[in-house]
Amino acid sequence: MLTKRLALAGTAVAAALALGLAGCSADASASGGSSTDGGSVDAATATNLDAFGGLEGLQEAAKAEGALNVIALPRDWANYGAVLDAFAEKYPEITINEATPDASSAEEIQAAENLAGQDTAPDVFDVGAAVALASTDQFAPYQVATWDEIPEALKEQSGLWTGDYGGYMAIGYDPDAVPEPTSLDDLLGADYKGKVAINGDPTQAGAAFAAVGLAAVQNGGSVDDFQPGIDFFGELQKAGNFVKIDPTPATIASGETPVVFDWDYLNVGYGKDLEGQRNWKVTILPGTGYAGYYNQAVNVDAPHPAAARLWQEFLYSDDAQNLWLAGGARPVRAEAMAEAGTIDEDLFKALPTVPGETVVPDADQAEAASTLLGEKWASAVQ
Amino acid sequence: MTSTTLPRARSRSRFAGSGSVLGLVPFTAYILLFLALPTVIAVGTGFFDGDGALTFDNITALGDPVLLATFGNSLWLSALTAVVGALVGALFCYALIGAKPTGVLRSVVDAASGVLAQFGGVMLAFAFVATIGIQGMITVLLRDRLGVDIFANGVWLYDVPGLILPYIYFQVPLMIITFSPALESLKPQWAEATAMLGGGIGSYWRHIGLPVLLPSFLGSLLLLFANAFSSFATAAALTSQGSQIVPLQIRSALTSETVLGHENLAGSLALGMIVVMVVVMTLYALLMRRTARWVR
Repeated sequence: MLTKRLALAGTAVAAALALGLAGCSADASASGGSSTDGGSVDAATATNLDAFGGLEGLQEAAKAEGALNVIALPRDWANYGAVLDAFAEKYPEITINEATPDASSAEEIQAAENLAGQDTAPDVFDVGAAVALASTDQFAPYQVATWDEIPEALKEQSGLWTGDYGGYMAIGYDPDAVPEPTSLDDLLGADYKGKVAINGDPTQAGAAFAAVGLAAVQNGGSVDDFQPGIDFFGELQKAGNFVKIDPTPATIASGETPVVFDWDYLNVGYGKDLEGQRNWKVTILPGTGYAGYYNQAVNVDAPHPAAARLWQEFLYSDDAQNLWLAGGARPVRAEAMAEAGTIDEDLFKALPTVPGETVVPDADQAEAASTLLGEKWASAVQ
Repeated sequence: MTSTTLPRARSRSRFAGSGSVLGLVPFTAYILLFLALPTVIAVGTGFFDGDGALTFDNITALGDPVLLATFGNSLWLSALTAVVGALVGALFCYALIGAKPTGVLRSVVDAASGVLAQFGGVMLAFAFVATIGIQGMITVLLRDRLGVDIFANGVWLYDVPGLILPYIYFQVPLMIITFSPALESLKPQWAEATAMLGGGIGSYWRHIGLPVLLPSFLGSLLLLFANAFSSFATAAALTSQGSQIVPLQIRSALTSETVLGHENLAGSLALGMIVVMVVVMTLYALLMRRTARWVR
């Protein structure tokens, strides 16, 4: 079913994330088709810009298609609203159709399967690591022009999926309601009674899964052993501090969820949404940090194959990478851009400080953890 | 579908008696296409794995302790809210017996019940969050004025116990809608006859009222049970952890982005729900057979 050839060792990712380390060297990408004029290219089989004879050829082909279908891109997620608007402004001839912004990664793939062959099927995906690894049959390989600047550990070698932006699991909190949490144990105290939420159910949502992962590595466990993380939330439940409602800007604004485990860029986004209504601070706990990247992929049955590839080229351009950065996310080309001086330095410096050590579970570890959560989670938090 | 046009002149003689059958065709087609077929397809997926090969793994997976606990939660929650809703609703109906069937009070109660019985999902969840949530109006009022913290032992509103109140909220009006016609069938003459023969109010209810009402009461109770058992949206909006009831487990199997490859488990979970309903319906049918002796 899936080939697990992913060397996502924590160290590799730490290297990718940490500032000032040399970028990974990448092998030169094999060039795909021959250069022809944009009109007669089969965009669906193009694996890079060469097939279109360069960016202009791709732009022509995409404009001829005239539409792009995206799915599961909430406008307040990693600044996606601005990314979509920037693309629309740059290519007014291409209509963007946004479907179900709040869908899960798994639902994106289902939508592609259910709508296969119809012109409403999604052209591109933005999926979590587990779904990316399990759904390679649904992807068409494509390597963007800036392929070499993307760290090896964060992309599939043929370009079936490519890391796009990532972040650390962080704790957002309302400083007017609770003191700043400096460790997991703080959250078990009386100050946090009925106040701590995670974004979804870890057996369903990637962000919640990562919250348990962070609790595990902070609580004597590791990415190989999520049990201490489950135990922590069990204790949180016993203490009466765990509030089981899905946090949204609305629940934060109303004071229903004053402490939220979520990706740092989402927590930063909540703060921006609520400016003037609620104070919202974001902290990354000292000690081991837990990071995760989302991934881009092109639908193998994309109804607009050229537009799908143009969208990829756009996302990995300096402009779009900086837009993600403005949303508090760490764009995948951050390091190369920092070296080239194309990154927005102010924004880059404003990101929460990275912990000394960073872990990311690989495919096998993630699968073992999700099996464990499936067995243990429901009863642990009852 | 192809429609056959019949030669008019001869249809009378040739197809006499089939008119009633023909009249049923649209309804039957509708039921088959929109209810039976999707059910069969959905449940059928439970017998295949992700690659389309026959397997019984999804059926045996129903014996998993987590899923059994989920079925247990669904059962007690549905049974409890059905019984409470039925009793409270029946009392309401009884209280309304005296009101004129065409009067203002009855019209208002009927209209309100019609609306509230369908009041569920995100709206209902939000209504409860806004009133008895952590920052809800009533919660804050109790906390600040009376020093009562309803969430002293944890925030139960977002757990399974927190579903009891919202479920009862739509169960009671549904009971009123379905049960009040039965109460109207009690003829005043029966009460008069009882009085003539020297019976009191107690013997009237014991020998006449309850036996006559029991089948309708049980029927309504069954409807309420099914209504709660299959409710999804309210729970989905209120409880986010652990997928504690079966419909939430079905969602989890279909849409999880962390536990993958369980899509077909949804089919066997649906089968499990159907089995539960068949068992409950069978019990109901047996009860009805017993009670039918009193209702001639």
